[in-house]
Amino acid sequence: MSSPADQLTPSPSRPGFGVTARYWLLILPALALMIVCYIYPISKVLWLSVTEPRPGLDNYAMLATSASIQRMLATTARISVISTLITLVLAYIVSYALVHTSERVRRWMFLGVLVPLWISVLVRAFAWFVLLRREGLINNILISSGLVDAPLSLIWNETGVLIGMVHYMLPFGILPIYANMRDIDQRCVAAARGLGASRAVAFRQVFLPLSMPGVVGASILVFIFSLGFFVTPAILGGGKTLMIAEYIKVQILEIVRWGVGSMLAGTLLIIIGGLLVALARVVDLRKLFGSI
Amino acid sequence: MSTSSTAFEGSSPMTRSIAWAIICFLVLPITIVFAVSLTDRPYLSLPRDGVSLQYYRNLLTSQAWLTSILHSLVIAICSTVIATVAGTLCAIGCWRLGNRASNIVRLVMLMPIMVPTIVYALGIYQVWVDLRLIDTYTGVIIAHAVTGMPYVIITVSTALAGFDPRLEQAALNLGASIGQTLRMVIIPNILPGIISGVIFAFIHSWDELVIVLFIAGRGVFTLPRRMWDGINEQLDPTMAAVAAVLILITVSLLFIDIAVRAYRSR
Repeated sequence: MSSPADQLTPSPSRPGFGVTARYWLLILPALALMIVCYIYPISKVLWLSVTEPRPGLDNYAMLATSASIQRMLATTARISVISTLITLVLAYIVSYALVHTSERVRRWMFLGVLVPLWISVLVRAFAWFVLLRREGLINNILISSGLVDAPLSLIWNETGVLIGMVHYMLPFGILPIYANMRDIDQRCVAAARGLGASRAVAFRQVFLPLSMPGVVGASILVFIFSLGFFVTPAILGGGKTLMIAEYIKVQILEIVRWGVGSMLAGTLLIIIGGLLVALARVVDLRKLFGSI
Repeated sequence: MSTSSTAFEGSSPMTRSIAWAIICFLVLPITIVFAVSLTDRPYLSLPRDGVSLQYYRNLLTSQAWLTSILHSLVIAICSTVIATVAGTLCAIGCWRLGNRASNIVRLVMLMPIMVPTIVYALGIYQVWVDLRLIDTYTGVIIAHAVTGMPYVIITVSTALAGFDPRLEQAALNLGASIGQTLRMVIIPNILPGIISGVIFAFIHSWDELVIVLFIAGRGVFTLPRRMWDGINEQLDPTMAAVAAVLILITVSLLFIDIAVRAYRSR
């Protein structure tokens, strides 16, 4: 056993082996839980995707041959890209206002961002369901005010899914962009203004480039969340706008085709892994997570 | 202040109003649930001839809803305890080691946030079938504990980043064991971060649907599961009452979190 003095300052010559081991002991329960109950199950999915119903890459070949899978993947990609783009524009505006306002106003704005973030995803999808459906509040208002003659179809199509998704993703877009903008030295913009740049030029040439890491981080984060999103697309898409998560659920729980379901899960995992690696090259991942 | 007015330029009124409009887009749709929950009609609509509390009464007298609330509560409490204890210890261990290995551990622990829940749901279903844990409390509690840990690790790590490691050194210096140092120095100092972690892990489990869809059945029927069936099958305004109650609970938990953070920064 090492003496208390050794534990204090593990000198390079005598590394505090016992101490390090004891800190690993603190990590162990969580790590063991994660490996046995998280990583193992996920590797099992990957394993199934190349062994069910028979070994080989047959399941993955379906990505190239099955028209319905390709259609579903195209829908997933389209909705994820569009909702990410809309989310980014809106998140940028809110973050910009957050950074450029007084402490008191900022606190209220933040509340408006954080409260929806933590409200149940089912509750939010339900709220949009009540608003958007044919007999819903928005259609009622539009009809009674004479703006439209027949109810608009706002739900069970891509419009509904997009509205619900942007609503869900916005806080995840705002937080990283805001965290990045907060660290931008406002004196850079002031200097540009002082040197005669107009407000627009100072924004375009100084502020916008400086805020890009936050935008890239937010876009990949939101895009990743959108790709695997289940609840909102399932409720507001009504089974007509099928995205990958719901498609997987149907394959497993209704058709019981583990091969196809696990292959799609594997595909999702590979795409997201690739995006994360790309993301890690642009921004500090830990900083991004610290802001959530 | 004259110095800050040169360095600080506010946003234009136009940007500000658009930003507020976006925040209204975030907040207002949720508030509609309260109005609908007070309807006097037998279907989802705004109250017409007066408000009625009948759907709250429905909720409070419905065996089905109350059972689901109980199921969710048991699962959320147990999984939060596991996630908080394991997550907090892990965050402290990683913080103290502060080397490459601990950074990798921390990234691994964040996996459940990045990997879509649907992928995990397939995997845990397979494993739980083998272990006969499908449709059991144990099965759901463990799955929720594992996926709830990242929230604890994030909040506790953030709290530790603002904690002076010399305090720990001092405690060890004065002869305290690692256990005593944890109990009497580190944990009290990062308590607000731990409480945030508890709140977020709890909300995570309380709200989780996808895993439950796969690994639970009639035996363990959580609140999100019943809401899911409610939205898809029998839509009546009781759903709105449930949603309204959930919003109130979440908002109060968030205000507790904000109060704790304010206390910490004082």
